[in-house]
Amino acid sequence: MQDIKQRIKISKFWNGIFWIIGLMSTLIGLVLLLVLMIDLFTDGAPRLSYKFFTSFPSRFPEEAGILSAWVGSFLVLLVTAGAAIPLGVAAGIYLEEYARKHWITDIIEINIANLAGVPSIVYGLLALGLFVYLLKFGESILTAGLTLGLLILPMIIMATREAIRAIPGSIREASYALGATKWQTVQWHIIPYSMGGILTGIIIGLSRAIGETAPIITVGALTFIAFLPNSPFTSDFPFLSFKWLMDPFTVMPIQMFNWVSRPQKEFQLNAAAAGIILMAMTLLMNGAAIYIRYKFRKRIRW
Amino acid sequence: MSKKIREGIIEKSLFLCALSSVFITVSIVIILAYESYGFFKVVPLREFLTGREWTPLFFEPKFGILPLVTGTLLTTSIALSVALPLGLMVAVYLSEFAPHRFREIIKPVLELLAAVPTVVYGYFALLFLTPILQKFIPDLSGFNALSPGIIMGIMIIPYVSSVSEDSMKAVPMHIKEGSYAMGATKLQTAFKVVIPAAFSGIAAAFIIGISRAIGETMVVAIAAGMMPNFSINPLEPVQTLTAYIVQVSLGDVPHGTIEYKTIFAAGITLFMMTLIFNLIGFWLRKKIREAY
Repeated sequence: MQDIKQRIKISKFWNGIFWIIGLMSTLIGLVLLLVLMIDLFTDGAPRLSYKFFTSFPSRFPEEAGILSAWVGSFLVLLVTAGAAIPLGVAAGIYLEEYARKHWITDIIEINIANLAGVPSIVYGLLALGLFVYLLKFGESILTAGLTLGLLILPMIIMATREAIRAIPGSIREASYALGATKWQTVQWHIIPYSMGGILTGIIIGLSRAIGETAPIITVGALTFIAFLPNSPFTSDFPFLSFKWLMDPFTVMPIQMFNWVSRPQKEFQLNAAAAGIILMAMTLLMNGAAIYIRYKFRKRIRW
Repeated sequence: MSKKIREGIIEKSLFLCALSSVFITVSIVIILAYESYGFFKVVPLREFLTGREWTPLFFEPKFGILPLVTGTLLTTSIALSVALPLGLMVAVYLSEFAPHRFREIIKPVLELLAAVPTVVYGYFALLFLTPILQKFIPDLSGFNALSPGIIMGIMIIPYVSSVSEDSMKAVPMHIKEGSYAMGATKLQTAFKVVIPAAFSGIAAAFIIGISRAIGETMVVAIAAGMMPNFSINPLEPVQTLTAYIVQVSLGDVPHGTIEYKTIFAAGITLFMMTLIFNLIGFWLRKKIREAY
């Protein structure tokens, strides 16, 4: 009896110990994240000013800014969104709603799982061979945008599929019972109801694209750009121009990388300031994604 | 009738979109194979795989990939020795111990660790962690494998923990209840019942972590130095496969030269390493779905 009581005590003791170990392991990453943010902020905050956003990079750290970098990031992201969103959502819809069990769908499925695990720099090599030299897009905004588009495509496909899978079959059957065709069902029911999940996936994908550095380096982004791409708006008809697609560019993470790799302390402070902006964008977009997911989950009751 | 045609057209175009993902993989393989074919015509495969010196940019170039592979494996193993135990603890804690509300709040926050741009982590490893580590380890050089390895480990915790946790969640309640009924504590149930039952899922999570660590680029490119080093000493600077590709891409390398082709040779080595892990991981995850 005494023996058993002793054993229970020991078991409970270790159970309690693990409570603490588990909690600590969970918190260690978060503490590090917090330290990282404080470190970035104390280094970079003094450099953040209106001028920092409106100046080009410079040889003099106090005068250098991120104008060409944030404009570049914005334009690249436009191309990425334009390429990846329609393609990814359409592929997701096909795989969930249309695809029958078939060896081709099996291959597509294995393939997407594998693509999601391909290192981002390999996408950069693909883009270098395919977009830059084979298709002759050059080292341009178009190339970079398409590269990131390919990179986040599997994420968008998977998010779309997951969102669609959560819709109960009864919804589809109700629609078919009223005589709707497959596409009508998809258009009027499946897409609207899965919007929350799809949107979450898109935002998380784009936030990943903003911070992605390696593939953009391989397609030849420049680190020192003291001019802006052609404006997408023109004064004469048709008021839109797509010349900017072919312009050389730089993006935020590359500008930061360039500053980090310089030995001078002053440039590293600039890097921290650029890091603050990148972190802020990431937190904002991920926060928005979490909020949307939460909101849609609350609103929809099957 | 026209309705039928329209439906058919829509289905076909959606199918083409889905097929585009296969096209991406095929072009990755073709581009890597094509560009590195040119490389292997000049450098024999034997020399490439067994040479211990990697100096392709020197006057008398040497093309042995081993230093880059050991560099990659070194940073990867440091990262894994941080991420695997921590990730597993987090998964066990969140799935078996933590209160529901705490888990709901902490999970999205934990995912943030994987969302932070890697260039920011690189900054942190080089300018924050390395100077701190140098206080404890005086021999540590300014660029080293240790500090980026640790940071990478923290970064991939959510990859390991979320898939492990999902598979622990999938273990049927009655199995756990059986264990509780025998008088086991939560800890005993977690380690003797839940983990063995969720084993293939946990293994899949580990593999995702491994493949992420092998392919990680910016952290090592910034903080590990750019020196191909055939060594497993974590205190020295090393260069990984990924960091080499970055180093060459930063310079101006003319299309078609042997230097240009080396990055594809490094790329195909990297792609092969991750492909093997990805396929094992996919197979394991498929197994979990069939298990119950």
